[in-house]
Amino acid sequence: MTDVSHGDERIKKTSRLRQALIRPELGGIVGTVAVFVFFLLFAFDSGMFTSQGVMNWSVVSAQFMIIAVGACLLMIAGEFDLSVGSMIGFAGMMIAIFGVTLGWPMWVAILVTFAICIAFGALNGYIVVKTGLPSFIVTLATLFILRGFTIFIPQTIERKTIIGGIREAAEGDWLASLFGAEVGAPIFVWLGEAGIISVFERGNRAGEPVVNGIPMLMIWAIGLVLFGHWLLTRTRFGNWIFASGGDADAARNSGVPVSAVKIQMFMFTAFCATVFAVCQVMEFGSAGADRGLLKEFEAIIAVVIGGALLTGGYGSVIGAALGALIFGVVQQGLFFAGVESSLFRVFLGVILLAAVILNTYIRRIITGER
Amino acid sequence: MTEPIIQMKNIEKHFGSVIALAGVSVDVRAGECHCLLGDNGAGKSTFIKTMSGVHKPTKGEIVFEGKHMDFARPRDAIAAGIATVHQHLAMIPLMSVSRNFFMGNEPIKKFGPIKLFDHDHANEVTMREMREMGINLRGPDQAVGTLSGGERQTVAIARAVHFGAKVLILDEPTSALGVRQTANVLATIDKVRKQGIAVVFITHNVRHAMAVGDRFTVLNRGKTLGTALKGEITAEELQDLMAGGQEMAQLEGSLGGTV
Repeated sequence: MTDVSHGDERIKKTSRLRQALIRPELGGIVGTVAVFVFFLLFAFDSGMFTSQGVMNWSVVSAQFMIIAVGACLLMIAGEFDLSVGSMIGFAGMMIAIFGVTLGWPMWVAILVTFAICIAFGALNGYIVVKTGLPSFIVTLATLFILRGFTIFIPQTIERKTIIGGIREAAEGDWLASLFGAEVGAPIFVWLGEAGIISVFERGNRAGEPVVNGIPMLMIWAIGLVLFGHWLLTRTRFGNWIFASGGDADAARNSGVPVSAVKIQMFMFTAFCATVFAVCQVMEFGSAGADRGLLKEFEAIIAVVIGGALLTGGYGSVIGAALGALIFGVVQQGLFFAGVESSLFRVFLGVILLAAVILNTYIRRIITGER
Repeated sequence: MTEPIIQMKNIEKHFGSVIALAGVSVDVRAGECHCLLGDNGAGKSTFIKTMSGVHKPTKGEIVFEGKHMDFARPRDAIAAGIATVHQHLAMIPLMSVSRNFFMGNEPIKKFGPIKLFDHDHANEVTMREMREMGINLRGPDQAVGTLSGGERQTVAIARAVHFGAKVLILDEPTSALGVRQTANVLATIDKVRKQGIAVVFITHNVRHAMAVGDRFTVLNRGKTLGTALKGEITAEELQDLMAGGQEMAQLEGSLGGTV
């Protein structure tokens, strides 16, 4: 019998630095650095890096992050959800119908909306798991169904497709403030007084800081990213998510409840979309039937920039969060830099392609794919 | 010789009008490697699927550790201690060796009500088990995709053994491997046998069987053509039995005895 005590001498020894660098998030990290360097060089004086500017692109990035976390975990579990955008519009509209038209207390409206949307997520998952159809097709159908309802219901009840008055209806509501309020106001007042951030110089808000708190939206984004990362990397369930997306049959043979994992990930994606929707209607004070258009693709793009594999089984929530940050910074940065807005798409396409090529290269090193 | 750990008595399996197994009896003892040989379509796969609880035998009896067994599903067999390493492995190339090793059996570390995947424990066990099998990993987080086919088989075998297999069924583990990788897998089989585990090694390669087998049973057209002890039978005789005798001898003659 041959001596098998030493490994394959053809596998090169790799340095610690290389090992530390070669990780799923590398593409996202490189992209983030590149994007910041680019805007620091070309748009530093544009107001993008003042406290207001930072808040502007941070909020947009946080919005992307919220839906990217759900899309990321679902993609790693091997499925897609194209109904996220419609779900955002639908959830916002449900809150307006329940909270404004029907006059329910806002917290009831929010909870019922969460329940309905998560049930739709579960239905998506159930159909995918039971029929074995590609989730791409099943959720494409849900995309149309939900968008149709989002237009039909307010038109039938209110004879309009935008319902306002949500902010007034949510005044003083404990649950609504979890989505719409701002936190840390005293810190910002102090920062303003200390001259670290600028304050209004004229008008009835003179002396107040230009940024007066961290929106709950950002807290949700950070919380969801940390939760998603923890769930994926630190728990048994996280291993099941990877396994379900990596090879559903192999996972089933090893005793992983693949169907339950997938359905729960569809529900989590729906939850994230609803969080996005509630934050949005609280900020705007209204719900519109066209809200959330194309958000599903933006979420998927952020996830893919972040290093996840489209076919499942591989990816990182931190990577997806960086993808969302890149997305937000580029979108708002080009606006600050005064670049023609149509060029945003060109820029986005280039970043997407570059990130995917880099990510594929990294992934091949890690997983030995050929 | 010790008592057999598992006895398959007169197993018959019919699929509609097709008789896949027409009364096959095989027993396996702890610490032996029992080779099950047969050409394609001889009924090897059906037979081991009956043993591992995938199929219910139409007739016949399974006695495991002296008790009559009725496996309703594969999980029953696994729970009893009968593990199967399939040709197509239950391994996910994108995931690390450690994550694969514990897939579906993740070790848990509790923080109050919160249950965490105990990575430290998983990594430690994986590295130790792999070292014992003669595979030096770069680290427990190395992806299975970077391992060779033989190493993947070894990981799958080590996993089955770690989770308490008493009977290990290997379904053609060497069929897709090169020479050196085959040698490594055969060495692994030898190690596992020495730990007192009963190994059922399915193959249609006589030389691989002769290298590690203690006993040999040949299946042909759903029937046993007898069981032979090591040393009682030559490779040529096994080859002839597998092919159903006569024709193979003639064919071999025309090919100059190279098959």
